[in-house]
Amino acid sequence: MIDKFVASMADAMAGIEDGSTVLVGGFGDVGAPAALLDGLAAQGARDLTIVIVAGGRDGSKIEHLLELGRIRRMVCSFVRPASLAGRLYQQGALELEIVPQGTLAERIRAAGAGIEAFFTPTAADTILAEGRETRVINGKNCLIEFPLRGDVALIEAWQADRWGNLTYRESARNLNPVMAMGAAMTIAEARHVVALGDIPPEHVHTPGPFVHRVIHVPE
Amino acid sequence: MADSEFQPLDRLGIAARIARDIPEGWFVNLGIGIPTTVSDCVPHDREVIFHAENGVIGIGPAPAPDAVNPYLINAGVQHVTLRTGGAYVHHADSFAIARGGHLDLCVLGAFEVSETGDIANWARAPDEPVKQVGGAMDLAIGAKRLWVAMEHVTKEGASRIVRACSYPLTAKSVVQRVYTNLAVLDVAPCGFVVRDMIPGLTFEALQARSEAALHREAQQ
Repeated sequence: MIDKFVASMADAMAGIEDGSTVLVGGFGDVGAPAALLDGLAAQGARDLTIVIVAGGRDGSKIEHLLELGRIRRMVCSFVRPASLAGRLYQQGALELEIVPQGTLAERIRAAGAGIEAFFTPTAADTILAEGRETRVINGKNCLIEFPLRGDVALIEAWQADRWGNLTYRESARNLNPVMAMGAAMTIAEARHVVALGDIPPEHVHTPGPFVHRVIHVPE
Repeated sequence: MADSEFQPLDRLGIAARIARDIPEGWFVNLGIGIPTTVSDCVPHDREVIFHAENGVIGIGPAPAPDAVNPYLINAGVQHVTLRTGGAYVHHADSFAIARGGHLDLCVLGAFEVSETGDIANWARAPDEPVKQVGGAMDLAIGAKRLWVAMEHVTKEGASRIVRACSYPLTAKSVVQRVYTNLAVLDVAPCGFVVRDMIPGLTFEALQARSEAALHREAQQ
């Protein structure tokens, strides 16, 4: 019997190694896997690369991981200069790769879809393209982009069944389905556990094969 | 110049001027700042579908304070509502909408727009220590139309309507129209063409506040 539910946060976090690349879902607090990020802090993995849409707002779980010194590198579209992430970067204590938001999502999707590179006009005529391959395609200057693969993805879902089929609430979907595709091991925290078959097949947002572990974290 | 004879639009005035030009049926993304308020200026019975790049299609007005849905926000992390007929998508699909030419219109704020349609709206210097790019570069290259909403001049009096951008570019040759607190300018092959000016403003006074050469509508 397939059963992706784990009984404890320790089981959810088992095997996450130092040096891992961790994809983190959510947009602001909405859809952010808060319990899993607490679990990651408790588990103790360090030297992490965190991939997230916007990094380390004041009071966020990512800021807490930065305070603990667990993060070596962040890949994101936006960091406030005055935030802890911004300050650590300026002190040379954090590596930062700033990626346009759509390119970030597409690079993770590409990782999940087996696409080894793509060209996009986004950022092609900007300073972010300096020193990188560009090519004129269909009359448009385009920039090469490579996939962003995760060793682990941490996501938040609304409902989950034991096969790992997931639904999301409203705009909490955001990056969660994309992160789920892009990592070797996707761990979801779900607000509600439902029986197999309770989610109508037409309404499954992320199908179980993209999901490896689920932990029930009630509202 | 008889400055006292005209009253520049305030930020909501710019938004309202933009809203006048958005017809029913368009699919529209609004950037942060002045553009966000454009949706409040479109009458509810004119069916315009607003997109937020975090993955919401069909954003409605702000919720009443006692009716906030904590799971429903826009790209500025503000609580919003969903219109009947709206939909949620994930981030890659949402940016496929933005990058793939599916938006009829995107309205962005900017620091500068050049006479060739370049936009600079994400950084004030190439060597800014911490870069904050967000989704502007994706939105700027993908929509069928890119309009910009901004003040005509900076607080220091420098024109934002320029021959060439001095701030780092967001995208090149993409802006079709600029709505400022003084005028509506189209970016045409000849450069900026004045489509509309606030009452009491003369072409000469507008030119004096614009670094790039302006063209009268009939001249182009």
